[in-house]
Amino acid sequence: MSLKVDLTLSRGEFRLQAAFAVNEPGITAVFGPSGCGKTTLLRAIAGLERAARGTVRVDGEIWQDGDRRQPVHRRALGFVFQEASLFEHLSVHDNLRYGWCRLPAQERRIELEEIIDLLGLEPLLQRHPRGLSGGERQRVAIGRALATSPRLLLMDEPLAALDAARKAEILPYLERLHRHLKMPVLHVTHSTDEVARLADRVLLMEQGGIVHHGPVEELLPIISGEAGEPASLLRGRVVGHHAEDGLLEIAVGPLRLLVPSGPLPKGAELRLRIPARDVSIALDAEAASSILNRLPARVRAIEPESDATCLVRLEVAGQELLARITRRSVRELGLSKGKAAVAQVMSVVLEGIQEGESAAKRSRCDC
Amino acid sequence: MSEADLQALLITLQLAGVTTVILLLIGTPLAWWLAHARGRWLPAVEALVSLPLILPPTVVGFYLLVALAPQGPVGRVVEALGGPRLAFSFAGMVIGSVIYSLPFVVQPLQNAFRAIGPRPLEVAATLRAGPVDRFLSVALPLARHGFLTATVLGFAHTVGEFGVVLMIGGNIPGETQVLSIAIYDHVEALDYASAHKLSAGLLLLSFLVLLLLQRAGRSGGTRS
Repeated sequence: MSLKVDLTLSRGEFRLQAAFAVNEPGITAVFGPSGCGKTTLLRAIAGLERAARGTVRVDGEIWQDGDRRQPVHRRALGFVFQEASLFEHLSVHDNLRYGWCRLPAQERRIELEEIIDLLGLEPLLQRHPRGLSGGERQRVAIGRALATSPRLLLMDEPLAALDAARKAEILPYLERLHRHLKMPVLHVTHSTDEVARLADRVLLMEQGGIVHHGPVEELLPIISGEAGEPASLLRGRVVGHHAEDGLLEIAVGPLRLLVPSGPLPKGAELRLRIPARDVSIALDAEAASSILNRLPARVRAIEPESDATCLVRLEVAGQELLARITRRSVRELGLSKGKAAVAQVMSVVLEGIQEGESAAKRSRCDC
Repeated sequence: MSEADLQALLITLQLAGVTTVILLLIGTPLAWWLAHARGRWLPAVEALVSLPLILPPTVVGFYLLVALAPQGPVGRVVEALGGPRLAFSFAGMVIGSVIYSLPFVVQPLQNAFRAIGPRPLEVAATLRAGPVDRFLSVALPLARHGFLTATVLGFAHTVGEFGVVLMIGGNIPGETQVLSIAIYDHVEALDYASAHKLSAGLLLLSFLVLLLLQRAGRSGGTRS
């Protein structure tokens, strides 16, 4: 899988200038404030913006290069719009079949039944789009896009038009989909929650340009910080479950964390989102404490945040962990770059639980 | 109903039928273009298409007669090419009716195409449908109420036409005499009974057409 984009587009005052490459499958979140050009970038990649100039290559196939432009319908892409935009004159089943029918049989890599199954669309098939709820409509729209076996899936804030309950209903489907189909996805969003939950990488946009591009562990602290709630993302793996305590044991590098949760399959990969306000710092792990997770850490940097607080960047098992503490604490503990300390983690949000019964559940736990 | 009235009825239906078919064939691409085009020609073309709405039918008929007459610019060319005589003929009436009923077909279609908006067509393009495919599989079905309205209005307006067909058709019984002119003739001859029969028939027909149209529009016109 490879996606290479180098596009410019001018429209009045607005100017889009975006160059980036993605070389592995997975979800790239396109993140940024409203009006920064996320949607325009996605539309330009799809070929829906005629004014866009530059290059788009997908898996060595040239979609656009200088004057050569493949029309939209010749590009092997799936596009999910913010509003489901179902064809109102067709049933759900015919909506799903619309793109599928137009694909030569030898290019159909995903079966319609598989999509119906993954998205739980069976009970809706004979219904008419008009009678569906917002969440159901968007599920059908996602299925319809997938039915063309795209090489690249472009999702333009597919959840933004839904209320919290509908979002919660559809997110597990998205997660299942992404784990199952391993399709490269560009997912436009301005929700840090969605980024933490779904993304492998983040493209951070501002005023028509890309300001950061990197793995989600690197970018989440930045974007959550801009949203006023800095948090870090650690990658871990399930080691076991302590049924008597109701605690899940998770390995983060050589370290072990205990998080209140039901059992999960051994070896399942997890993301642990840890808000910076729920991390405190001690100098040694000797004193007895109710906090279960006390991790050896090293100070990478100390950044003032407000008159009273600062953000301490800690290195924990090779990954970055943010702690928000007061300036006074920094002074009293004598914290400085390179100093060894103990990070005390008070709450963990488990994201991206992959398989099994609790796959749909996200547990926020205070430990 | 007299033999002549029956013939007038048949000619009227034939004229309206042929005119409506031709109008749908010309009007669909024209309306599609008007709904999507931008540029400085657009207002001029739109005004031209709408002209018959406000122009006295006799004006349209007069210019058509001048153009289509054997010595006229169009008539001369057509006859030189071995075509039929246009003035005072059924063919001439069709041309006149097509021009005169054009806005009644183009405007509903144009509105219907515009109401679809760009999104469904963009979606279709991302689902591998080419331009013609998109038009046939998405635009046409979504504009079906526009087509119903256009067909009914085009047909009904042609049935009700008087001035243009009188000027260009010439009121030849059995050839170019249509219902509306037959009614006029009956009134001229003070045969009010025959005039009543035909007039009441047309009145009822027009009312039924509009009633059906309203019901069709209400049952399927809403889109969420």
